Amino acid sequence: MKLVTAVIKPFKLDEVREALSAIGVQGITVTEVKGFGRQKGHTELYRGAEYVVDFLPKVKIEAAIKTELLDQVIEAIEKSANTGKIGDGKIFVFDLEQVVRIRTGETGAEAL
Amino acid sequence: MIRKILMLLALCGTVALSVPAYADEAKAADTATAPAEAAATPAAPAATPAPVPNKGDVSWMLTSTAFVLLMSVPALALFYGGMVRSKNMLSMLMQVFVVFSLISVLWCVYGYSLTFTEGNAYFGGLDRLFLNGTFDAAKGEFSMAATFSKATPLPELVYVAFQATFAAVTCCLILGAFAERAKFSAVLIFMVLWFTFSYIPVAHMVWFWPGPDAYTAASVVDAQNAKAGLLWQWGALDFAGGTVVHINAGIAGIVGAYVMGKRIGFGKEALSPHNLTMTMIGASLLWFGWFGFNAGSALEANNSAALAFMNTYLATACAVLSWMFGEWLFKGKPSMLGAASGAVAGLVAITPAAGNVGIPGAFVIGLAAGLVCLWGVNGLKKLLGADDTLDVFGVHAVGGILGALLTGVFNSPSLGGPGFPNNWFEMKPGFESIAAQVWIQAKAVGVTILCSAVVAFIAYKIADLIVGLRVPEDQEREGLDITSHGETAYHM
Repeated sequence: MKLVTAVIKPFKLDEVREALSAIGVQGITVTEVKGFGRQKGHTELYRGAEYVVDFLPKVKIEAAIKTELLDQVIEAIEKSANTGKIGDGKIFVFDLEQVVRIRTGETGAEAL
Repeated sequence: MIRKILMLLALCGTVALSVPAYADEAKAADTATAPAEAAATPAAPAATPAPVPNKGDVSWMLTSTAFVLLMSVPALALFYGGMVRSKNMLSMLMQVFVVFSLISVLWCVYGYSLTFTEGNAYFGGLDRLFLNGTFDAAKGEFSMAATFSKATPLPELVYVAFQATFAAVTCCLILGAFAERAKFSAVLIFMVLWFTFSYIPVAHMVWFWPGPDAYTAASVVDAQNAKAGLLWQWGALDFAGGTVVHINAGIAGIVGAYVMGKRIGFGKEALSPHNLTMTMIGASLLWFGWFGFNAGSALEANNSAALAFMNTYLATACAVLSWMFGEWLFKGKPSMLGAASGAVAGLVAITPAAGNVGIPGAFVIGLAAGLVCLWGVNGLKKLLGADDTLDVFGVHAVGGILGALLTGVFNSPSLGGPGFPNNWFEMKPGFESIAAQVWIQAKAVGVTILCSAVVAFIAYKIADLIVGLRVPEDQEREGLDITSHGETAYHM
C-alpha cells in the first residue's frame, strides 16, 4: 500500500478530486496549508507599507491506495493539477505499513 | 508633570468663572428673544406667537443624527477593524464602541453645556449640565435651539443629540493612530481628558454663536458677535467639522503615535490588514453616514443641505478616482484599500466645505484630497517616522487642513461658492477676498493644531502616569483581543 501526498494550487482541488474518483480512489483527506517552493512569495502593498509574503496558500491532499494503483494516481494528479506555471506543487509517495477501518476493524488492503 | 496638572486645573477654573456671567445674561435673555432657547410659549400673551419647529427640519435632523451614529458604530469600527491584524480585531471594535458611548454620556453630563451655551470665547457655561432646562415637565415645554434661518427653531434636544454624535465620532477617529498596542484603560482616561480640554473648546470656538434671531437690529450686531466663539468671531468657515473634528482628531492621533511608540515589528514584520472586505463595508457605510454629518450640518432640510449633500457625494467620488489613479501610477496597482482610503480622504476634505462651496469646489477639493492624502500616508508618513497605525494623521489631519484652506478659496462667489453674510442683521454678502479668507482659515487651523497637540500630549502623559499607555510586550504579541478582552474575534 502507498500513501500519496500532493501539494497543489488551491483552485485545482476540484479537478484533482474528480480525476482521482474517476480511477477508483475511494477517499482523500484535504488540508489547507501554507508554504514556499521555487515560486517564492510575493509582495503586498498596503497604503505606504510594502510587505513580503513568504508563504503562499496551497492545498495538501492525502490518499491511501493499493500499490497497483500508484502509477495511475500519480498520472491523474499530475495531469489535473498542471497549469504549466511555476507553483503547481509536488507529489510525494510513501510506503504505507498498515490501515485500519475503525468501524469494522478490517485491516490492510481491505480497509482501503 | 505637576505644572501640567496645575494648568489643567486653571483651565477648569476658567470654565467655572464663566458660569455666573452666563447666569446674568440668561436672565436678561428671558425678556428678549433668545434664539438659542427661544422657548415656545403659546400661553403667553405675546403679540407675535413664538415660531414652532418645522416638521421637515426635525425629521431630517433626527435622521441625520442616526446617520452619524452609523458612521461610528459600525462604519468606523469596521473600517478600522479590517485594517488591523485578526488578533486585535475585537480590541478595535471594542474601543470604538465604548469610546462612542463614553463620550455620548459625557456630552449629556457637561459636554453640551460647555460647548453650546454662552460663556466666554473658549468655553461655554454650565447652564445645561445634565441637559437641565431642555424639557420642562411641569409645563410640558421643550426648549428650542437656533438654526441658520431666522424664526426657524429646532427642539434643543435634537441639536443636543446631533452634536453628541459629532463629539463621539471625533474621539473614535483618534483610536486608529495607536491601534494594536494601547492599554484599554489608558484609552478611556485619555479620551475623557482630551474630549474635555480639546474637543469642547475647539467646538465652542468654531461653532458657538447666538443664532440668527439674536440679530434684531444693526446696533446689537457687535454685542451679539462678541458672545460667539473665538474662531467664529474671526469669520472662520467650518461647515461640518474640518477643524473641530478632523484636524482636532488627526493631531491628537499623531501625538499619540509619537508618545506611545511604534508597534513591535513595525517596519520589519508584515503588519498587514486582516480583512479588507470589512474595511470596504466600513468605508461605504461612512460615505452613507456622512450625508447626515455634512448635509445635516445645515440644521435644516433646505437648499444648504442640498448643496452639502451633493458636494459630499461628488467630492468623495472624485477622491476615490484620484487616489486610485495616483496609486496605479506611482505604486503599480489600483488597490481596494486605496479606493476606500480615497473615499474617506474625500469625505474629510469636503467636510468643512460641504455647504460652503459650490459644485466647482467639490470637484477640486475631491480630486486634490485623493492625491494629497495619498502623499500623506506615503511620503509624509515616512518623513514623520511615527507608527500612526491606521493613518489618522495622513488622512484626517492632512485632508482636514486641505479642506479647511480650500474652503476659503471656493467659498468665493467668483468660483461658484455661496459666500457668507457679512452680519446676521443686514445679510449682505460678506466674502471679502480669497487671500483674506484663506488667511482666516489658516489661523483657525493653527489654533486647532496647537490646542489639540498640547492637550493631547498632556492627556497622554497623565494616562501614562496613572495606568501606563501600552500593554506589556507579551500581550502585544499575543494580541489585545485575548489579553485585554478575553475573547477571540474568529473561531474557524
